[in-house]
Amino acid sequence: MNKQRKLGRGVAMVGAGMSGFNMFKDRDSKDLFTEAFVEMNASVDKGLDPNDIDALYIGNFTNDFFAHQSHWGAILSDSLGLVPKPATRIEGACASSALAFREGVFAIASGFYDVVLVGGVEDMSKESTETVAEGLALAAIPYERKAGFTFPGVFGAIATAYFERYGASREHLMDITIKSHDNAPLNPKAQYKTTIRDITRSKIKRAKEKGSAVPDWSDEKDFLRDPIANPAIAWPMHLFDCCPISDGAACLLLVGEELAKHFTDDPLYVAGIGQASGRGLNTAEDLTYFEATRYAAKEAYEMSGLTPTDIQFAEVHDCFSIAELLHIEDLGFFKPGEGYKAVADGLTRLDGEKPINTSGGLKCKGHPVGATGAAQLIEVWEQLRNKAGDRGVPIEDLRIGAAHNLGGTGGTCTFTILERR
Amino acid sequence: MADRPISDYQFERFLDEDKLMGARCVGCGALFVPPRAICTKCHRSEMEWVETTGEGHLVAFTCIAIGPPAMIEEGYDRNNPYCSGAVELTEGPRVVARIEGVDTLHPETIKIGMPVKVMFLQQGAGESRKTVLGFTPVDKN
Repeated sequence: MNKQRKLGRGVAMVGAGMSGFNMFKDRDSKDLFTEAFVEMNASVDKGLDPNDIDALYIGNFTNDFFAHQSHWGAILSDSLGLVPKPATRIEGACASSALAFREGVFAIASGFYDVVLVGGVEDMSKESTETVAEGLALAAIPYERKAGFTFPGVFGAIATAYFERYGASREHLMDITIKSHDNAPLNPKAQYKTTIRDITRSKIKRAKEKGSAVPDWSDEKDFLRDPIANPAIAWPMHLFDCCPISDGAACLLLVGEELAKHFTDDPLYVAGIGQASGRGLNTAEDLTYFEATRYAAKEAYEMSGLTPTDIQFAEVHDCFSIAELLHIEDLGFFKPGEGYKAVADGLTRLDGEKPINTSGGLKCKGHPVGATGAAQLIEVWEQLRNKAGDRGVPIEDLRIGAAHNLGGTGGTCTFTILERR
Repeated sequence: MADRPISDYQFERFLDEDKLMGARCVGCGALFVPPRAICTKCHRSEMEWVETTGEGHLVAFTCIAIGPPAMIEEGYDRNNPYCSGAVELTEGPRVVARIEGVDTLHPETIKIGMPVKVMFLQQGAGESRKTVLGFTPVDKN
């Protein structure tokens, strides 16, 4: 049963676009996805006739709940002027658009379609924070919900198990938060573009101007330790361990490998693609890793013939700081229990040996859940094509990047390896 | 007891009766709490109810300051967080539950590995009243 998987036909990525990620009171899913589509269209070096798109696969988690509107496949096909092209909405919680990407890859690999638009959208910010938290928790497993767990709560519990096993602490998670905030100002699309250092300085400056008590934070971690500045959401997860609420959309254009040069002289190719299911806190193999990530990674590595060492940089699903720590171990970049030391040593920083979340990650780029998987692949696209500007990974011969997307509390994980030949 | 169907619904009716029940595979003996209608280890489908001791130890937890609407209605908030956790039962299975009788404003006092025993919490009132699985430290009672 355990076979090395391969695509029946090679698949190339030839275009990519995303909306801004933020809380937009004045824009809905149609507006956001159209913005992403326009940018994608403009990104195709040799031009795209939208009439050549054969089909759409759209990831969306829970606009049904957040926006009281379902059926986003057909609605978006119409709003982009692509009717009667078939459109399928895919749901895999926060991994929805990575699953949409996979469906698009398979549709092309099978030979059925030649040109496919894949992407995702989420419109979350119109409801209160409590309602959004309730909506996200729809993707937790039923037993977790009945026990009162929220998403930050599940990841908080995982953090306590990891801390106990390996001797890490909140201080190590702060390294991840600080790193993400350091990368974000270099990403024009990021929702939060401010370093922790600058947040600290501006709060001190504001306190001085208002004549109120001036905080005496000695450094970034001192600020993050302050329970007023960084309150607990679900201990040990604090505000700055958690990604924000975001609206946004992202899409990519996939074509059969032999057609790629009609669209661009610089396509990316799907080298490896993996997806797996996992279990909740009550039946997971272990609470210090995500089994679905490990299986998805194994599948993608075996398909590509690549190893973790070959991955030059990666976007990983840092919905919470602890999640990034588990992923960099589960993907094989660092040994179990060694990830937090690697982070503390700066190995995952932009200039480190394995840059992680150069986009600022979900923490700072934003996390419109259904759009995130596609947006992570856009970061890989921009890095590999040398379009990432000041946040470009400073490695010569940048050729292989990857994205890891997680849904729910680890129930769905994907790992996608892209290659520039 | 033995003739009740294996389901989450019946699991919760047992909670109403202050019983923490699991389903055991008649074939391989694997135990599932909450129950499963088929054995996910050997895929046989002959399962039987068994009552657990309700004893175990804490393996992970969180103190939640911002809860869902149902918990806010119960009076939990930033100043009064509640604890949810994972407990490994003496019989082996891991369950998720509310953890009561711990100092949620000082989570560093809550220790992984501490022995806990089952308790049956009543949540809501009237028609929406239900029993919720909970655990509490053994040495505090």
